[in-house]
Amino acid sequence: MNSDKVTAKRKPESNVGCAGSSNEETTAVASYQSGSSEDSPNILLYKKMEKIVEKMQDEATGVPVRTVKSFMSKIPSVFTGSDLILWMIKNLDVEDQVEALHLAHLIAAHGYFFPIDDHILTVKNDNTFYRFQTPYFWPSNCWEPENTDYAVYLCKRTMQNKTRLELADYEAENLARLQKMFSRKWEFIFMQAEAQSKVDKKRDKLERKVLDSQERAFWDVHRPMPGCVNTTEIDIKKACQMNKPIYGIKNTQAAAQGIKMSPSTSDLGSKTTTENIKRQISMLKMRLDRRNIKVSKVADAFMAYFEQYLEYDAFFVAPEYPNPWISDNQELWEQEKQAKDISARRVKRWAFSLKELLQDPIGREHFVKFLDKEFSGENLKFWEAVQILKTLPQSQVQEKVNEIWGEFLASDASCPINVDSKSYEITKKNMENPDRWSFDCASKTFSLFLFSNHVYHLMKSDSYSRYLRSDMYKEFLNGSKKKTSVKGIRSIVSFSARKETIT
Amino acid sequence: MACEGGVKVAPIETIESLMREAETLKIKLEDERQKLNDVTLASVADRLEIINYMNIKPRRTLKGHQAKVLCSDWSPDKRHIVSSSQDGKMIIWDAFTTNKEHAVTMPTTWVMACAYAPSGNLVACGGLDNKVTVYPLSLDEDVTQKKKTVGTHTSYMSCCLFPNSDQQILTGSGDSTCALWDVESGQLLQNFHGHSADVMAIDLAPSETGNTFVSGSCDKMVLIWDMRSGQCVQSFEGHESDVNSVKFHPSGDAVATGSDDSTCRLFDLRADKEVAVYTKEKVAVYTKESIIFGVNSVDFSVSGRLLFSGYNDYTVNVWDTLKCVRVCLLYGHENRVSCLQVSPDGTALSTGSWDTTLRVWA
Repeated sequence: MNSDKVTAKRKPESNVGCAGSSNEETTAVASYQSGSSEDSPNILLYKKMEKIVEKMQDEATGVPVRTVKSFMSKIPSVFTGSDLILWMIKNLDVEDQVEALHLAHLIAAHGYFFPIDDHILTVKNDNTFYRFQTPYFWPSNCWEPENTDYAVYLCKRTMQNKTRLELADYEAENLARLQKMFSRKWEFIFMQAEAQSKVDKKRDKLERKVLDSQERAFWDVHRPMPGCVNTTEIDIKKACQMNKPIYGIKNTQAAAQGIKMSPSTSDLGSKTTTENIKRQISMLKMRLDRRNIKVSKVADAFMAYFEQYLEYDAFFVAPEYPNPWISDNQELWEQEKQAKDISARRVKRWAFSLKELLQDPIGREHFVKFLDKEFSGENLKFWEAVQILKTLPQSQVQEKVNEIWGEFLASDASCPINVDSKSYEITKKNMENPDRWSFDCASKTFSLFLFSNHVYHLMKSDSYSRYLRSDMYKEFLNGSKKKTSVKGIRSIVSFSARKETIT
Repeated sequence: MACEGGVKVAPIETIESLMREAETLKIKLEDERQKLNDVTLASVADRLEIINYMNIKPRRTLKGHQAKVLCSDWSPDKRHIVSSSQDGKMIIWDAFTTNKEHAVTMPTTWVMACAYAPSGNLVACGGLDNKVTVYPLSLDEDVTQKKKTVGTHTSYMSCCLFPNSDQQILTGSGDSTCALWDVESGQLLQNFHGHSADVMAIDLAPSETGNTFVSGSCDKMVLIWDMRSGQCVQSFEGHESDVNSVKFHPSGDAVATGSDDSTCRLFDLRADKEVAVYTKEKVAVYTKESIIFGVNSVDFSVSGRLLFSGYNDYTVNVWDTLKCVRVCLLYGHENRVSCLQVSPDGTALSTGSWDTTLRVWA
């Protein structure tokens, strides 16, 4: 369905190859955008940008716009980069000049203001002059312009005998390419350009200056100079979504608003059916029945987790060996693989949770030794067998299930495990009642998962806590290499002068 | 679902009464939630020290793609990265040396997603071809010879991951479903219906059982799933636009999200609600937003204190998840940051961008 359409549209680009930055790519992308521009995810951004730009253009509180006299002529309606940045720092919640410049650059790249004589849409914090784009040319208003429009525009520029309107090299190349492309209707394009040029000539001189620059900036956005970012491009996933006839953005928005609470099925119709509401109600009831904890508890848990793992977070505390990415030294990774010289920091982590212990191959090995000493290794063996089962391809599952069953759960099991009697009885009954449903692989597998969860909790509450209290663990911990970090805490520095700049 | 088609003709009063019931339940739920809202996360985090200075710098730049990088994934060996690009190439990098080890040409030009298998010997990818394809990695022969198509969606495949095993792949798609596939047979093991629009991102819960995953979608919802049963077990709303990225907190108790509404949020599974919004707007009394761009990708540092988020404004914002303030900005990319991920041992952050490069930060 949708995919066919997309592949069809993709073709022009795949033919051209991935030359990048060329007009062909732009046209290919443009084809995604056409038709549904009001649904574009970029619109969301445009609206937010326009709010800022409108504030900038406020006559009283905005960026000071003036007409500058220079030599024999006047430069109408411009502002300087430094005025703009100053205004942004004052009026927006930007942190510093760097962020202000970055944001200014982005707004310029989207074409809301532009340097008066440069194709590169960026902003410098100096006395360079900039001008606001007229709302008519704002990307939110536009249709994705077509190549014929571009051809007419470039053609028109060649008719106006002015140095400031001379084509840049890349524009001349584009014009040549377009001329080839539209060779048959070039006469028509030429005529249109001529007509437009005539209209332009009747305008007031200053007005023309402004309009020429605004038109140029418009094309700098939609057909950017090579090397510049085309900001009108849409994320391919979003473009696909927009092209869908049924699940268009509008529909889904309506759906999401209508039944916000319940996850709805994908084949949701436009009408709210009783089934939908019923499902919603049962979902709501389920949520009401949940026992939830307070935010204070949640916050405490996050805090505790952070404090426990702070030492292991390389963005805060330097690892025991230099960070390979910073030092170009791979010692850290090599050390991890070796079984000797285990650091105390690493052994300490085994006590955080059974998961941490089992994740570390050396920790796991040590735990196995402990279990063997206690003659209780079968639980871990069983649990691990089930974990392996989970990772097997479907074709091998049945065999493995029977194997595990035979080894750990059957009446003549070689390595029997203790599972809670209740679930075992249910399972046994199922096995004995072939008339109800045969005890097939699926339900056997299900039981295994049930048991393995049970066994895991048993290990956690029993063997694992005994292991942590054991001399074996303590000795290992004390014997492990105590290499304290040289750098220590790398970046947490307590309350200092930068505090106010952060907020 | 099972109940569908059961009751076909329902009198109007029933719909109305049902809707009334739903409304009362909603109000009740909101009340219950307010009761749990005893404090804010940021106020509890007051006792923590402020993160003052982060010395995170670009350490590697991976150049080689000819078009936008759309997705990347770290190898479990902590130094290799697989990346996919709009140029139809998938590249396996030794990010440490910045060498390319494989460059695989894909059957489709838009490879939206790629993932490393837990063994590090296999990668999966797919995109506009609606398929998920696996490539076993070996140095001796052409990687494409052994490629294998595992699953097919009815729309583009937007995201994929291997849930703890080389033998299974979990995918999310533009057909608004997620699916679990058996790699060897290509059999569909489970599918997940619940979203009403394109699924954009998925992430596996870091619990020992590994049976839960989260999905984010253009229907603005975040859903938690039981992988075995195929049931949606929890849902979160709050975002005002497409959810582009989801990531479990390393504790497995919460999920961070990034959205086109230019916010990142933290949803807690135990509290069953949103516990934090990472955005500038909230800080300002009257809205002077400076973050206006959408978020494409989020990930946590090992301790869960930092949330890295890649924006359409070419930057990475680093958030203090507990104090709910921004710690710093990472500049460098020259176009949208499409993907980012903290390396498996937490020593580095990788980012991929529309500027065709990948970078490693530490």
